[in-house]
Amino acid sequence: MKIKFEKKSTKPSKVSIFLSSLISILIALVFLGFIILSLGDDPFEAYWQLVSWAMGTVPGLIQSLVSMMPLLFTSLGVLIAFKMKLWNIGAEGQFQMGAFAATWGALYLFPNIHNPWVMIPLLMILGAAFGAFWGFLPGIMRAYLGVNEILSTLMLNYVAIYWVNYLTYGPWKGPGSYNFPITAKFPQSAILPQYGSGGLNFGIIISIIMAFFVLYLVKYTKFGFHLEIAGDNLRAGEYAGVNVKKLIILAMVIGGAISGIGGMAEMSGVLFRLQPNFSPGYGYTAVIIAWLARLDPIATIVVSFFFGVLLVGSQQLQLFMQIPSSLINAFNGILLFSLLASEVFMRYRIKVVRS
Amino acid sequence: MSEKILELKNISKSFSNLIANDGVDFDLKKGEVHALLGENGAGKTTLMNILYGIYKPDAGEIFLEGKKIDISSPRDAIENGIGMIQQHFSLVPSFSVVQNVALGLKELGIIPDLSKVRKRIVELSNRYKINVDPGAKIWQLSAGEQQRVEIIKLLYVKSKIMILDEPTAILTPQEAKGLFETIREMTANGASVIFISHKLKEVLEISDRVTVLRHGKVIGTVETKGSNENDLARMMVGRDVVLKIDKKPSHPSKPILKIENLHVIGDKGIEAVKGVSLEVKGGEILGIAGVEGNGQRELGEAIYGLRNYTGNIFINGSKVRSGDVLERIKNHVAYIPQDRKADALCGGLPVYKNLFIKAFSSPVFSFNPYLFYPEKLRKPAEKLVKEFSISTSSVDQEVKFLSGGNMQKVVLAREIESEPKLIIAVHPTRGLDVGAEEFVYNVLLAQKERGTAILLIAGDLYEIFNLSDRVGVLYEGQIIGYSEPDESHIEEIGLMMAGVKNEDKI
Repeated sequence: MKIKFEKKSTKPSKVSIFLSSLISILIALVFLGFIILSLGDDPFEAYWQLVSWAMGTVPGLIQSLVSMMPLLFTSLGVLIAFKMKLWNIGAEGQFQMGAFAATWGALYLFPNIHNPWVMIPLLMILGAAFGAFWGFLPGIMRAYLGVNEILSTLMLNYVAIYWVNYLTYGPWKGPGSYNFPITAKFPQSAILPQYGSGGLNFGIIISIIMAFFVLYLVKYTKFGFHLEIAGDNLRAGEYAGVNVKKLIILAMVIGGAISGIGGMAEMSGVLFRLQPNFSPGYGYTAVIIAWLARLDPIATIVVSFFFGVLLVGSQQLQLFMQIPSSLINAFNGILLFSLLASEVFMRYRIKVVRS
Repeated sequence: MSEKILELKNISKSFSNLIANDGVDFDLKKGEVHALLGENGAGKTTLMNILYGIYKPDAGEIFLEGKKIDISSPRDAIENGIGMIQQHFSLVPSFSVVQNVALGLKELGIIPDLSKVRKRIVELSNRYKINVDPGAKIWQLSAGEQQRVEIIKLLYVKSKIMILDEPTAILTPQEAKGLFETIREMTANGASVIFISHKLKEVLEISDRVTVLRHGKVIGTVETKGSNENDLARMMVGRDVVLKIDKKPSHPSKPILKIENLHVIGDKGIEAVKGVSLEVKGGEILGIAGVEGNGQRELGEAIYGLRNYTGNIFINGSKVRSGDVLERIKNHVAYIPQDRKADALCGGLPVYKNLFIKAFSSPVFSFNPYLFYPEKLRKPAEKLVKEFSISTSSVDQEVKFLSGGNMQKVVLAREIESEPKLIIAVHPTRGLDVGAEEFVYNVLLAQKERGTAILLIAGDLYEIFNLSDRVGVLYEGQIIGYSEPDESHIEEIGLMMAGVKNEDKI
C-alpha cells in the first residue's frame, strides 16, 4: 500500500479556502485544549474566560482593539512582500526601528516642537523611514546579491531588538525611571489623540486606514499588478518588462515603512516610552495573521482583531486561572502548522493505492 | 563484443497528454558506446530515467543479460549494475569527494572507515586516468571535476552499464577530450556506456552505434562507422508528416533588426554566441536553423534584452541597450520564447491577466499606474480569446490548466496585440499538435504580410522551409552560412548544421 499525492486540476474555491482556515483554527484550539487539560484546568472554562472578557466587556474590547493595532500594521507590512513570494519575516525589527525612531524624534530631535500637528507627522515620517531602511537592507541584498531574505530579515530583527535594549539600558535611560530600563515619557505634543482612559487612540484608526491603503496598493495600482506577476513567475515578470530588482526593493521598503509606522503608533498611541521587550513578538505573529487572511488586506483587519482578542484573553487567563499566557505562542505555532497542512489538502488529492 | 548486455523492448511512457516514449526498442552490447541522439524533448532522458528506475514505464520490458528485470527505483538499478550521471549532479557540496563516494555505500556500516574508500578512489583514478583530489570539497571543484567524481562513484560500485546524460554540455573542449579518454578506458575494461547527446560531432567521435529518437520514437539505429553528420542530422530533424503552408512571396522593406558582432555568454559561463551579425527586414522571415544547443536560446534572449551581450543591436535604426527588456517592448519587439511556461506565462494567474502582463510596458496601452482596474481587462481579454480561438472555460481560468497549444495562443495573442514591428520566435511550435502548429504558422505569416520583421529560430527544418524567406544556419554560436528555404537545399543545410561550411564543399 502506498499513499499518493495527486495534484488537483482546479484551483481551490473561496469557500474551501475559508473552511480550511476555520478548520485550522479549530484544530489549534483542540490541541491547546489538551494542553490546558494537562495543566489541570478545564479548557472550556478557559476559552470562555478568554472570550468573555476580551470580547464581552467594553474595557476588554478596547484592550483587544489596542492589541490589534500593532498586529495589523506589521501584518500589512509582511503582506506586501508575501504577495511577491518574498519571505519577509523582518516586521518585528522594522516595528522596533520605527518605535526607536519615534522615540528619538520625540525626546531628542525635536524638543522645541510643541505643536502636535507638526510633531505627529514628523514622527510618523521618521518611523516610516527607519522601518523602510530596515526593509531596504535585506531588499537590496536579495535583489543584487541573491541573499536569502528570510535569514537577513530574521537577523536584522535581533539587531533592532538589541539596539533598543542598548539604548534603554544605557544612554536613553530616563530620569525618574528608578533605574528601570525605560526612557522618559513622550511630551504631550508627541502623543496621539486618546479617547477615554482605556487606551483607545487614534493609532487604531490609522491602522485601519492603512489596511485600505494597502488594498488599493496591491489591487488597483501598477505596483500591485507587477507584484502579482513577479510573485507568480519572476522570469515572466522580467519578460514583461518589469524591473524585478527594483520591485523587490520597493516591496521590502514599503512593507518596512508600514511596520515602522506601526512602531511609531505603538509609542505615540499606547506606551509613550521606549522599553525593552515592549513587543511580545507582534512581527512574528504577523506572519501567521497574513497567512490566515490569505494576503487579503481587509481580511487582515478581522484576523488581527481575532489575534488581539487572543492576546488580551490569554493575559486574562494568566491572571484568573494561572494558565501561563505564553501558551498563546504554542497556539500560534500549532495554527501555522495546520494552515500549512491545509494547503496540501487543498492542492492535492490524497489517494491510497494498493500495489 | 557482440553479446547483448541490455535490451529495452517496446518501452512506452506518457505524461498526461504528452507521449514521451512510444514503443522504443534499444539494446546495448558489452563494451560498446551506444549514443542516443535526438533533439531536446525527443524522449532521450525519459527513456534513460525509466532504465534508471526514476520513472515507471506504461508498457515495455527490460532485459539484463537475457533475464527480464523489474527496476522500480534507482537503488534497483544500481544493484543491477546500472549507473547514471544525470545532467544535474547528485553530490553534496559541503562534503569531500571521499564522503560523497561513501554516501549510499551499504558495505560501510554505521561508522564508515573512510580511509579504505580513499584508497580505492586513488586506485580507480590512477587506473582510469581520472584526476581528482579525494580530499577536496565538492563546492571547490569545477563542473568538469564534479563530473569526474560522479564517474568515480559509478566505478566504485562496479557499474556495468553507465548512462551519461549530455555529459559534455558543461565541459570545455579539453575536458571533453579527457572524458572521452576515460570512456574508452572504461569500455576497454568491459563496461558499456549509453551516451546521450544532441551534438553530432561528439557522437561520431565516441560512439560505436547511434540510435536516433524523434518525438519519442526510434527513427533508426546505425553503426557509427558507416554514418556521417549529414545522415544523422537528417534523421534528427526530418519529419514524416509535412504540413504544407501556402507561402506568399515577400516584399521586404527597410531593415528592422540589425545585429553586429554579437557575443553572448551562456548559463554555464561558456560563450554561447560568438560574433553573430545579421539583418532582418520588415515583411520578411529569416529562419535560423541549427541543432539545438548551438546558441539559439542565448541569441533570442540577447536580442530581447533578457541576457547581457557585447556587440550592437539596432531596432528600427536606433541602437538598444544590452539587457533592457522594457526598451525592446517600447520599440514594439515581441518575443515568443522556447519555454513559454517558464518564461512567458504566469501559470497561477487567470488568462485575462496573462494576456495583459505587458499592460504597463507596451506602448499600445495607456493605463493609469495609480488607478488600475484589472477587472476592466476582462472584456478585451474575451475578445482576444475569441479572436485567437483560445479554448478555455473562461478568462478567469488559471493558465497552468490550459493545454500547451492554448498556452502558446495566449502568448501569441498578447504579443500580436502589441502591434509588433519585430517578432523573435524561438521554437514556436515545440510540443504542439498539428492543429496548433498550423495556427502558429498562419499567425506568423499574417504578421509578415503586415510588414513585421520576423526572426524564426527553430530546430525543425520543415518549419523553417514552410515559413522563412531566407535560412541562416547557426553552428557553435556562429552563422555558418545562408541558404534557400527549399527542400532541394536540405543537403547543404544539413551539412552546415553539422559544421561543414559552403566553401568546404568541392
